[in-house]
Amino acid sequence: MRVEKDELVPCRTADDIVRVRKEVRARTVALGFTLVDQTKLVTAASEIARNTVEHGGGGIVRLQVVNDGVRNGLRLVFEDRGPGIRDIALAMSDRYSTGTGLGLGLSGAKRLSQDFSIDSKPGEGTTVVLGRWK
Amino acid sequence: MADAGRSPLLEIVEGNRSQLLESWVAHQLGSGSGQMRESEIREQSSRFLEEFRSALRSGAGGDAEGPSWQRVKEVLAEVSRTRTAEGFTPSQTAMFVFSIKEPLFRMLRAAVPDGAQLAEEIWKTTVLLDRLGLYTTELYQKTREEVIRRQQLELLELSTPVVELWDGILALPIIGTLDSERTQTVMENLLQRIVDAGAEIAIIDITGVPTVDTLVAQHLIKTISAARLMGADCIISGIRPQIAQTIVHLGLQLDVVSKATMADAFALALKRTGQRIGRSGPAQA
Ligand SMILES: Nc1ncnc2c1ncn2[C@@H]1O[C@H](COP(=O)(O)OP(=O)(O)OP(=O)(O)O)[C@@H](O)[C@H]1O
Ligand SMILES: [Mg+2]
Repeated sequence: MRVEKDELVPCRTADDIVRVRKEVRARTVALGFTLVDQTKLVTAASEIARNTVEHGGGGIVRLQVVNDGVRNGLRLVFEDRGPGIRDIALAMSDRYSTGTGLGLGLSGAKRLSQDFSIDSKPGEGTTVVLGRWK
Repeated sequence: MADAGRSPLLEIVEGNRSQLLESWVAHQLGSGSGQMRESEIREQSSRFLEEFRSALRSGAGGDAEGPSWQRVKEVLAEVSRTRTAEGFTPSQTAMFVFSIKEPLFRMLRAAVPDGAQLAEEIWKTTVLLDRLGLYTTELYQKTREEVIRRQQLELLELSTPVVELWDGILALPIIGTLDSERTQTVMENLLQRIVDAGAEIAIIDITGVPTVDTLVAQHLIKTISAARLMGADCIISGIRPQIAQTIVHLGLQLDVVSKATMADAFALALKRTGQRIGRSGPAQA
């Protein structure tokens, strides 16, 4: 898979979350995603961006335009150096939240994306990757 | 006499770094940085000196412009951010840079015996540090402007007129992002309007909401259940097809009647409240 474009956007504040949504929207439009696919990825990005800010203490997101030889896609890599997640399977389950949320962000983002991966170590931070193809 | 090689300023920052750091930190502690922890002052000062030294060593111009000064400015940006957050005024923040002058000039005086050269060195150094100090002030202004711009944007982003469509029927078209901190307040105001109007049914129209994620849903759910407690039923209208799909994928249960358009929602509301709009009899002459 080739990364054709790689941009870094901060993800630290509530304003940044709004900005991340805008940037993701603009790129999905440029890649010619359908309205449904745009909305799915923007919504997934909104969830993970908010987790990065609220649970991860802030971080960054890389917006990558990728090509697998056949299709273009958008890959979003969220990284923080926050407390990390002790039990990923538990965090991924519906309705599990250590805060006051609905606990649907992680599992929902996974359902909204075609590619999803999460990597986290307690005390080191969390990386979540979302991807969707044209 | 000014020697073309290493400048006396660099000599000091390079060769007497720890001594300079100590007197600078002491100077800051002695004057008005009382709110800050010593460790924090020391850490920021040390990082500044490190980058300041690198910039001087790379032969960066004394105008504080250009890429060699970038790292120094990053440190200043950080200093400015933390101090602004702790309630420092812009001039107090700029003092971080200005306060190095005293110890630095004292060391320059000891290092440069020639009066003319000393004057020259002090002048150059003053100009440079003043620029860096002013940079923190500019940053402060930018941050303020950003905050103000954001506040204005937010007002635009979230406007919620409440319209009384019919007896007991309110419409709340929501326009804009629903995840700002103000959302809670806005929703509370909406509930107040429901109470004031004694409404039986509130139609919440989300045609103008670009993204419905878990936080937006949570705000909606809270509003709907609070309205219910006050005796008003909600109908959600304006859920576009792409939003309907994401709601399903997220696993959200809105637990409320929804209609595609405001008109459909209004028709249902009329029916529920036992009212109807029809053509009235022959127009009166
Ligand atoms: N970046 C992160 N760093 C640390 N913990 C995280 C991170 N992302 C998620 N978590 C943990 O996983 C839990 C589940 O996340 P999820 O997004 O599903 O729910 P939530 O954020 O609590 O609520 P919401 O439904 O509003 O998103 C969180 O409550 C938190 O404990
Ligand atoms: Mg979440």
